[in-house]
Amino acid sequence: MRRRALKTMSLIASAVVALTACTPGSPDDGGSKILKVAYQKTDSFTALDTMFQAAKQEFEAANQGVSVELQPIQGNDDDYGTRLALALRSPSTAPDVFYEDTFKVRSDVDAGYLLKLDSHLEGWEDWNKFNDAAKAAGKADDGGTYAVPLGTDTRAIWYNKKVLAAAGISDPWQPRSWQDILDTARKIKANDPTVVPFNMYAGKGTGEGTVMQGFYELLYGTGSRLYDEDSKKWVVGSAGFTDSLAFLKTLYDEQLAVSPAEALDANVWKKVFGEWFPNGKLGATVEGSYAPSFWQEGGSYEWPGYEEDMGVAPFPTRDGGDPGAVSMSGGWTLAVGAETKEPDLAFKFLTTALNQKNSLAFTVESSQIAVRTDVAAEPGYLDANPFVKDVSDLVSVTRYRPATSDYPRISAAVQEATEAVITGSRTPEEAAADYDAAVTEIVGGDETVRK
Amino acid sequence: MLLSHRARQLVRYLPVLPAVLLLLVFLAGPVLWAFQASLTNAGLTGRSARNPEWVGLENYQRLLADPAFPLSLVLTVLFVGGSAVLGQNLLGLAIAVLMRRARPAVSSLVGIAVVAAWVLPEIVAAFAAYAYFSRDGTLNQLLRGLGLGQTDWLYTFPMVAVMLANVWRGTAFSMLVYRAALNDVPAEVAEAAQMDGAGGWQRLVFITLPMIRGSIATNLMLITLQTLAVFTLIWVMTAGGPANASATLPILAYQEAFKFGDIGYGTAVATVLILIGAAFGGAYIRMLREPRP
Repeated sequence: MRRRALKTMSLIASAVVALTACTPGSPDDGGSKILKVAYQKTDSFTALDTMFQAAKQEFEAANQGVSVELQPIQGNDDDYGTRLALALRSPSTAPDVFYEDTFKVRSDVDAGYLLKLDSHLEGWEDWNKFNDAAKAAGKADDGGTYAVPLGTDTRAIWYNKKVLAAAGISDPWQPRSWQDILDTARKIKANDPTVVPFNMYAGKGTGEGTVMQGFYELLYGTGSRLYDEDSKKWVVGSAGFTDSLAFLKTLYDEQLAVSPAEALDANVWKKVFGEWFPNGKLGATVEGSYAPSFWQEGGSYEWPGYEEDMGVAPFPTRDGGDPGAVSMSGGWTLAVGAETKEPDLAFKFLTTALNQKNSLAFTVESSQIAVRTDVAAEPGYLDANPFVKDVSDLVSVTRYRPATSDYPRISAAVQEATEAVITGSRTPEEAAADYDAAVTEIVGGDETVRK
Repeated sequence: MLLSHRARQLVRYLPVLPAVLLLLVFLAGPVLWAFQASLTNAGLTGRSARNPEWVGLENYQRLLADPAFPLSLVLTVLFVGGSAVLGQNLLGLAIAVLMRRARPAVSSLVGIAVVAAWVLPEIVAAFAAYAYFSRDGTLNQLLRGLGLGQTDWLYTFPMVAVMLANVWRGTAFSMLVYRAALNDVPAEVAEAAQMDGAGGWQRLVFITLPMIRGSIATNLMLITLQTLAVFTLIWVMTAGGPANASATLPILAYQEAFKFGDIGYGTAVATVLILIGAAFGGAYIRMLREPRP
């Protein structure tokens, strides 16, 4: 009797397990519609979360019966990109609206993840307030627009005036060439050997930061480039590539930058913003226009005196040739999932999130460069920090990454080349040759051009 | 209720059916999926994300030509051999043997210290190890206190650091297995050997170890498979760097599949990892069999 009871119990239990394993967990409560919104949130980046919270309230109040489910994803840019792509692979997990890196737009459109927004944008009167350069970031190869820009950024040299003054360098500092940078760095080093004179990220530890806030400023200042837009081929064998690596080698060999071990630590940027600049232990670094967001009130490394202590200068071309300065831009967009069941509502939520009020608040809080002309003209935007104008002006010399689907791997090959050079395992010539071989391997020999 | 013998036999297997189904769905399924994906050019983004094409063994050919692969293979073997088969296994055995002789208080204190590392979630253990070995970390502070030079452990000796961290984290498991095994060795056998004049070392090698052979093989199999799959620990401590100096196969697979979005190629690496695990598993199962007289 007991045996049978046990057997029956175990049968029932196993049936229950089997059934629950098969039942899809999707509660469908008929009337109310749910919009899923995926975006990035980290300890030091909460501006987006604030914006979506506000948009959710505004949108839900205006659209009865629709609820917005915010799905913040914790992680750095790389992790966010991976997790978003994984979610987008399946229609059951794909969000309706999501935060999308501009340089992923083209390859994600190719993958069929993004909804074409042209017909929706026609009916949105705010759309002509977005500046044209920024609008291009959301365009795919077919000419359609798939994403709406949220903000952009530029890169510049951030320097500590006190450290430079101690070494006898007058303010404002504006290097005209790479040589100027080295000369200044050597002076700072001679004055105080405990200070890191001029930091540029290198190696795979800092990932995309290595190329965006370092290598590309050098490369594009030599007149060379990574990708030839005219022939749509990747450039190999360029002298500018080797020269850029040689500059990094000089910087690291003479200990004008951080030690290679520190450079390869993925957390080195936290020390740049949180320790070395506020403590006067760093002369200058190449960083994004968003730098003040870390130091201003509520930022992750609050630094009350940063406005007085810090200065900003454009990164010079190699010999001061035209246009005199180099900058890189990235930026993020909002996109609608291709598989969304409610494209109209999703787009409506997107426009709520990016209306003038929410855009302004987000742009100021995250120290972004405004892409809406009405936001750019707001006193609140211009007064956000003393550097807004300087970094916004760099848009005129800025460059964007070649956003093909091979790009992540090519970027990694560049990072590897910088790592090999600063650790001394390869000479600049050898590392450049390795890069050429890697690119040829990645895209195939037909897709490269020798320049 | 009258059932034929055969039907009753079948009913008896019913309770294990869900377990078998779950194993098929969650274990065999992903393995097969990974193998199938490794024969395609599936990507995370771009055209190949929507319509992956069948490319046959192309990913494996590429793997053989990739200079990162042999290095990764060597590092994986080094990591498993050094930190699991030698490190965790021998240290676990040594602690278990010594704890039998130690006073109860000492024994439980050691036990708690060792098990503490094991019960930490992998990510927490990984950050603790990072904090210990990093440039401004505990180890360097201790060395500074002793007046010794500083070393960037994670940069200069990345494999040593991750292997030590894995030994620290995983030894408790071997220790627990061996404590249980040693408790099952009948005391009379050891006493008899002692009567015959065998010293402590001889008793261990000729009596105890052969008697716990089964536990040794089981333990080796489990820690080998666990260590083969270690990802978080290495990723947090060194991310496979510098210059791939600590990029074991799981790191390589992750980089290819998710950082570069090349799922086909990444799963090819993962398939190699599964094959290595299967080879190790097979070897240990042979070891588990009773030796022929």
